[in-house]
Amino acid sequence: MAAAAVGVSGTMVPKIVQAASKGLKPSVIWLHFQECTGCTESLLRSHHPEIEDLILDLVSLDYHETLFAAAGHQAEAALESAMKANAGKYVLVIEGAIPTKDGGIYCKIGNKTALELAKKCSENAAAIIALGSCASWGGVPSADPNPTGATGAPMVLTDKKVVTLPGCPANPYIFLGTVLQFVTFGTLPALDDKGRPLFAYARTIHEDCPRRPHFDAGRFAQQFGDEGHRQGYCLYKLGCKGPATKASCSTMRFGDVDAWPIGVGHPCFGCTEKAVGFRIPLHETVPIDRPTPPDTYPAVGAKQGKVSPVATGIAGAVAGALLGAGWAASGKLGEKSDEKRKED
Amino acid sequence: MKVSRRSVLKVLAAAAVSTAASAVPAIARERKVAPAKAIGMLYDSTRCIGCKACVAACSEANHLEPDRSGIADGLHLAPVDLNGRTKNIIKFCQDGEQQSFVKSQCMHCIDPGCASACMLHSLHKNERTGVVEYDPQWCVGCRYCQMACPFNVPKFEFHKALPKIVKCELCRHRVQDAAVAGADGFTRYPRGQGPACCEVCPRSAVIYGSREELLAEAHRRIAESPNKYYQGRVYGEKELGGTQVLYLSHMPFAKLGLPEFGDKPSPDVAYTVQEGIYRGFIAPLALYGALAAMVMKNKKSAESGDGAKGGRS
Repeated sequence: MAAAAVGVSGTMVPKIVQAASKGLKPSVIWLHFQECTGCTESLLRSHHPEIEDLILDLVSLDYHETLFAAAGHQAEAALESAMKANAGKYVLVIEGAIPTKDGGIYCKIGNKTALELAKKCSENAAAIIALGSCASWGGVPSADPNPTGATGAPMVLTDKKVVTLPGCPANPYIFLGTVLQFVTFGTLPALDDKGRPLFAYARTIHEDCPRRPHFDAGRFAQQFGDEGHRQGYCLYKLGCKGPATKASCSTMRFGDVDAWPIGVGHPCFGCTEKAVGFRIPLHETVPIDRPTPPDTYPAVGAKQGKVSPVATGIAGAVAGALLGAGWAASGKLGEKSDEKRKED
Repeated sequence: MKVSRRSVLKVLAAAAVSTAASAVPAIARERKVAPAKAIGMLYDSTRCIGCKACVAACSEANHLEPDRSGIADGLHLAPVDLNGRTKNIIKFCQDGEQQSFVKSQCMHCIDPGCASACMLHSLHKNERTGVVEYDPQWCVGCRYCQMACPFNVPKFEFHKALPKIVKCELCRHRVQDAAVAGADGFTRYPRGQGPACCEVCPRSAVIYGSREELLAEAHRRIAESPNKYYQGRVYGEKELGGTQVLYLSHMPFAKLGLPEFGDKPSPDVAYTVQEGIYRGFIAPLALYGALAAMVMKNKKSAESGDGAKGGRS
């Protein structure tokens, strides 16, 4: 499934396995900052491949605070040694936002701020992946009033190419697809201007939404639990952010359970979009920038545009008044010239 | 100044002379032919599924502000007709059992009425591609083109303070490289440079290429299934002297909003009238002669009637 996500055909699977089994396991260093670990949790629940296959066979997970057996100084030492041993070759995964206010003191690990850690670990990284909305652009911690000055990894590591995989949590298969492409081919997928892989973030949720035909037909749920909602109508008017949100949820669903917000009757929240998620209120509708045609058609030669009788009347009255005034004025002109002539 | 019976009769006589002069057949206008490399489109209504991908693609490719007026909630791109925000539209037509979609946009006439009416050649025909182009810098906003177009295509941006004419220009702003013969036998621009509606059509209901190739393709389709198409005819091959956008349909063209115009180019009518009026300069001379005679006569009668009047002091 992860291979399919990046558009790699089934015939490439042996190559993926081969590359992994050749001992080319890239070292992965995984940093947690301001976050809920939801991205890791959802990754732990993916099954194609299983997470144990990933971390035991495909990559060498050298530092991950959630999955680590080690703790304290031992863990920090592992980070140091992994960075030294694999300088220029390791993959850095950042999960969570980085606080920048007051020197970044709001998130510290091993007495180092998130800011310092991110900068230090990214120096010799072969690839940097920002996992989840927090790491991609700030996510929940950056919501107003943003007391810690939280921001995403690309905003801190401005001189590096950062692959961002926004989502709250990020879809694990987008992550696995990106990592497997890097493991197998040593390349990163094509990215958009925000660093998001095009294979997953090129289209809006709205474009491929299973409820889309209802939108085109103008069938909307107006209220939670109403007849339209029960019939599975479009959730746009309940505040669905699908038209403004680029993500793969409508085609890939989420995780392995095939469930996702719109599927269970809840409007999309826009979690992948910086301008939408945690910013536009949940049930507020978003403007549709590039509207698409409805499923109705205008008729050939359809009558359009009405002239109201009132407007016609007013226009007629104005024209009549002008004509009358002109007539009267011209009559007076004649009188005047006649008078003048008589005076002469 | 009095309007006498005599003066009225004189004006009427002058008018009669000018009308008589215009009735004289004018010198035939040279029949125009499509440029050798004329680009056109071929729309086949039997292939169209009415997905309106072309409507959305056109709106986007031409950076048109979406027209949401057709449906009350304003969420859709729903124009009712071509207008200041719409250069291309899919309409629906039902006539008894028969039904059809029809795409409407500029027909790119070989002898366009709009260009003939345009006083500053703001609308003109490209000599090479035959595309009827619009250069807004010369446009004075007279909208004669709207009156002159037999297909009611050019539209005016009534919603703008500095309005322009809006009509399909075959996406000429997208063209960067020369058109080359493609694998499918049609002369095509590199992808992304041709007309957006043609590039996006999932059923190839509308295709573009050189007019010659498209005509050949249209006749090939008619020959392949002779009973499928209305009168086995390509609309636009001869209509109004030929258009560069061609139509094939299973329904009568008139039902699709494509009237039966005959072969005469639309500017011919205007030219006949114009040339008739000024032919030999007879009508203008007669008219102004009559007017001059009237003025002279009135002047004389005014002077004699008021006797010793010496004009104004």
